Amino acid sequence: MNQQHQPRRSFLKTKLVAAAAATLIFLGLGAGSALAQRTDILGAGATFPAPLVTAMADEYRTKTGGRVTVNYQSIGSGGGIRQFIEQTVMFGMSEAFLSDQIMADIEQRTGGAAFNLPITLADVVPTYNLPGVKKGLVFDGDLLVDLFLGKIKRWNDPRIAELNPGLRLPPLPVTIVHRSDGSGTTNVWTSYLTRVSDEWAKKVGYATSVNWPTGVGGNGNEGVAGVVMNTPGALGYNSLSYAILSDISYGYVVNAAGNTIEPSYAATTAAADIDLPADTRVLFTNTPAPDGYPAAGFAWMLVYQNLDQNRAIANRAQAEELLKFLIWAIRDGQELSESLGFARLPQAAIDLNFEMIRQITWQDEKLGEKVLREMQR
Amino acid sequence: MTAFNGNTTKTGSAALATPVLSLGRRYWRDRLMLGLLASSTILVLVPLFIVIAYVVVQGIGALNWDFFTQELGSPTRAHTGQPTGLVHTIIGTLVVDSMALIIAVPLGIGAGVMLAEYPDHRLNPLLRLLNDTLNGMPAILKGMLAFALIVKPMGTFSGLAGAVALTFVMLPIIARATESALDIIPWSIREAGLALGLPRWRVILSTIIPAAKVGLVTGILIAFARAAGEAAPLLFTSFGNNYLPSRWTGWLFGPVDTLPQRLYSLAISPYKQWHEMGWAAGIVLLVMVILLFITARVTVRRA
Amino acid sequence: MAAAPSTYELVRRTPPLLYRWLGDRIFAVLVTLFGLTVMGLAISLAVVLFWEGSEAIKTFGFWGFLIGTTWDPALTLTFGTFPFLIGTVVTSVAALALSFFPALAVAIFSAEYAPRWLSHIIDALVDLIAAVPSVVVGIWGIFVLAPWLRDHFYLPLYMWAAESRPELLPIIGSPMGYGMTTAVIVLALMIVPFTAALSRDAIRLVPKAQREACWALGATRWEVIRMAVLPYARSGIVAGAILSFGRAIGETMAVAMLIGNKNTLPFDLFGPAATMPSVIINEFREAVENLHLSSLMAIGFYLFLISLIVNLLAAYIQRKMMVAGGRSA
Repeated sequence: MNQQHQPRRSFLKTKLVAAAAATLIFLGLGAGSALAQRTDILGAGATFPAPLVTAMADEYRTKTGGRVTVNYQSIGSGGGIRQFIEQTVMFGMSEAFLSDQIMADIEQRTGGAAFNLPITLADVVPTYNLPGVKKGLVFDGDLLVDLFLGKIKRWNDPRIAELNPGLRLPPLPVTIVHRSDGSGTTNVWTSYLTRVSDEWAKKVGYATSVNWPTGVGGNGNEGVAGVVMNTPGALGYNSLSYAILSDISYGYVVNAAGNTIEPSYAATTAAADIDLPADTRVLFTNTPAPDGYPAAGFAWMLVYQNLDQNRAIANRAQAEELLKFLIWAIRDGQELSESLGFARLPQAAIDLNFEMIRQITWQDEKLGEKVLREMQR
Repeated sequence: MTAFNGNTTKTGSAALATPVLSLGRRYWRDRLMLGLLASSTILVLVPLFIVIAYVVVQGIGALNWDFFTQELGSPTRAHTGQPTGLVHTIIGTLVVDSMALIIAVPLGIGAGVMLAEYPDHRLNPLLRLLNDTLNGMPAILKGMLAFALIVKPMGTFSGLAGAVALTFVMLPIIARATESALDIIPWSIREAGLALGLPRWRVILSTIIPAAKVGLVTGILIAFARAAGEAAPLLFTSFGNNYLPSRWTGWLFGPVDTLPQRLYSLAISPYKQWHEMGWAAGIVLLVMVILLFITARVTVRRA
Repeated sequence: MAAAPSTYELVRRTPPLLYRWLGDRIFAVLVTLFGLTVMGLAISLAVVLFWEGSEAIKTFGFWGFLIGTTWDPALTLTFGTFPFLIGTVVTSVAALALSFFPALAVAIFSAEYAPRWLSHIIDALVDLIAAVPSVVVGIWGIFVLAPWLRDHFYLPLYMWAAESRPELLPIIGSPMGYGMTTAVIVLALMIVPFTAALSRDAIRLVPKAQREACWALGATRWEVIRMAVLPYARSGIVAGAILSFGRAIGETMAVAMLIGNKNTLPFDLFGPAATMPSVIINEFREAVENLHLSSLMAIGFYLFLISLIVNLLAAYIQRKMMVAGGRSA
């Protein structure tokens, strides 16, 4: 499904098309919006950030007077990566960054890199159903690992009581609920457990789906939430926005610095406030940041460095509109975050994004640089 | 199947072999069976009512004028009370489903005719086998096939690809139902037609198929019902869209939204307003299917 | 028959022999082409699945993949489909067994007993079951059915077993509500319309003479059904059961939402399990590793083979029955 050798498109033809498109755009700018061409931008991938991206798209559509329509569909991170490689979409979206091997393949195939642009952050919180206990039960990494390994079987275990003095915990059995479908949420959660425990790293590891040692699988966030809400004694994990908006009790987690962190969008943003590598391909679960919530990670937009190499993008005009949307989403679109239950990008990530966008080209033209300059003016 | 086989042959022969039951007991048994049959029917239908009631209760609040006239846009619209709806989804479903019907009905009936009317055809056992096997494959894999056959060569997701994927869901059901509907028509009718000097194809088209139309329509309806509720095969084919396409060709050759897929993505979102809209989408889907059922059945009975 | 009046018309303008001969030929070719299309689709599906799954089949071996019991997409990237194979076979056989008699009962009741107006309503409602989207059934199952079953059946049974028959506990498994039994019940409900609709039409089309002969012998209504109607309608009933079984094997979403999705053997009665389609739909969207995706496609390929074998078996049974039943030609 994913190894498609793409012949370099006929040079002359693309040039002609590009020239025609450029003329059209020029005319459009000259004659005002009446003549402007309508552009459809197609993107697909991760499910978790879908509401945010569709909201950005809607806002952007209004802002451009209906001229640019961004159609984003959630087909999952794996789907996003594959459609990105298949070049059926103009941008992909994933909660896992592209592997070294995929990066190398793309480099070889298109003569340019694939960029992972962080667009928002995912945060995963422990959710539970304990009669008489509201939100705010405190967990730490080791405790969560032993719970999810099935070692701690009852809620009145002394280790839970130790972290929650003064709380009367019922002697209910612990029912672990995990995602049964592959998901970025599972990726973040298991990567957190892997980071805090060698035993977890050796026995289970982390990925979008893992071989769970215990528990029952719910399909999707709503599946986990449904099982948790209907099963006294259940312990699961959900994205923070899902937990808040569905009114499920969620716990606080002690982070690497030893601070008890109440999950919040600000704490999630703080988690990414670390030294990021230039390509942003990094997992920062169990973050060293003192105020950071420990189970959080980026969701990335995937774009080709050489946009002309993506068969889904027909002409330079489309490439330009795509870049404009990306820049707008990274900079202005973040305003939409909190009201929809998402954390904002930290400034460091925004700066790195712009650094990558500067390198984006259309047939050796530094299109990213140009668009960015225009938009910053 | 095995259970049924054993059961009927046993009871059948037992009844024939022992006709010594008194009349009273035979009548009593008749009553008992009626009771059993009626209560089975209720048992099967009660969950349906519960499910439908559940869908209606959850979704009725979101059914308003905007729902049928506006595009979805974003969750912010639902949050802030701006107009939002599923007009593009409803039209998309109509387009994709009817395209799928147009492709699947002749193909399916044709294959069914081959099975029933040419019983000595050498390929028949294989066709029956492969048809039933195709029917047993999960819909998501049929979507994958449509992806490989349509989306990849065309280079883009399209309503057409979605329709083809749904065709794969409908085809085996229609073919099988056609076969069993035609099978029931006694051979004497065909022989009568042939004896009158009619060519075989006229006999089939003008005599056999009209005689079996009730069964055919049932098969098509049930196939349609099944396909109309499938979200999985549309994921990588018709893909989905948050807006009306910008040109009318977009319905065929661009990404198109459909009710079951939209229902799924609304239901798994974290927003209460979207959950409600998802259930409303469920109501619309069910109403569409019911309307089709009624029209089809009334037409069949009239004709 | 409905077409009888028009037959005279047709005969009157009987076309020349060449036209008839050619017409028959063209019709036969056309019909065969349609049949070949269906076959081609099934085969190309198998080919695509094999192609996409070949990496997994090569890595673990044809039988190794089939009987492998570990499914670990994270740490060791080991994939084996045996637990899902068991899950699929058990759930679909159980669902068919559970739904067959109720479905047949609905068909008989609607075709033989119910007054016309009622049977129209019943027919439409039964067909409507097929139209309820899988997702809807699944979500309803999570929030309504599973908790209800847990409180009224699983927990009481579990408590009873814990007190008086502790040796049964490992078979019963955890009574959370999300597991094999719940999935089977929902599956059984979802496949009812396929058996019911085809059986009903087959029963309706049993010739009057067949019944009248039986009535004339003094049979009660039930005896007419059992001795005259059911044997005659058998092929429709079996076709319906086969369609149902196919649906049960391939049903994905509702099962994935309710079965609890446990990827390791052993499974128990009420506890979580998994089926081949449920694993595919669960992990397909998010599978990032190539070997992982390939393994999912390989499951699809094995599912094709299993479906093929099951249907071969069904065809064999059907043929044996035909000989025994002997449909009057």
